[in-house]
Amino acid sequence: MISCAEAVRQLWEYLDGALGTADHALVEEHLGRCRRCCGELEFAEELRRFLARSAHDDLPDDVMRRLNQTLEDLEP
Amino acid sequence: MESSRTDRRERFAALARDQLPRLYAIARRLVGDDAEDALQDCLLRGYQRFDQLREDTAGPAWLTSILVNCCRDRGRAKARQPVEVDFDEVDTFSLYRKIAYEDPFPYSDSLHLDFLNEFGPDDVRAVLMDLPELYRLPLMLVYMDGFLAREVAGMLDAPLGTVLARLHRGRKLFEKQLWEYAERSGLLPEDTP
Repeated sequence: MISCAEAVRQLWEYLDGALGTADHALVEEHLGRCRRCCGELEFAEELRRFLARSAHDDLPDDVMRRLNQTLEDLEP
Repeated sequence: MESSRTDRRERFAALARDQLPRLYAIARRLVGDDAEDALQDCLLRGYQRFDQLREDTAGPAWLTSILVNCCRDRGRAKARQPVEVDFDEVDTFSLYRKIAYEDPFPYSDSLHLDFLNEFGPDDVRAVLMDLPELYRLPLMLVYMDGFLAREVAGMLDAPLGTVLARLHRGRKLFEKQLWEYAERSGLLPEDTP
């Protein structure tokens, strides 16, 4: 079985589906037996949601107006 | 002839208009207050190269790629001193363990969530802006904007392995800087060690 450090190092790749079959199976086996690393896994999932939630940024009306003007002013 | 040119402009404008909010959010995270200027550059450059776009469905990724390069050009012009990073320390850092160990909210049943909930949108942007661009770009494009690592490799003209390695380090660095920002900015209760 791989160590906790090794499992944690690969958690995001595990969530991304970016590990090869053998490494994926090793992480899965570790998670099946290690409660602390399951906590790390849940937190990694939460951090991904946190990043996705933070993606939005309001586009101010005046900026939107100027950008639309640029599009209208493009030379045909 | 004239109508086909007008049609070309209309098609580009329709594509770009739909993407403006998303592109603006990306530019804000890359160049902060220069976002509008970077996006203006992107619209002009995109229109010049519109004939290179083969399929409309590839439009959002294509425009993102142009925007990223416009932001990088602006970022390079204003480059700050590179941040010194101790990667031995970063590679072994775990925000999950750090929060559990330091226990900033001792009466909480959801310690880790409470920690993340302390961050507002401006705080997250500040943490991201502190990451070296090398790591910030793939982290943002994959986990905030939903691109695949291989699409990001294409945008940055970098090998996939390089992008995956930068993603790995970017995540670790982001975790570490979240903690340091929380300490520095008073997001944690005062008696946290």
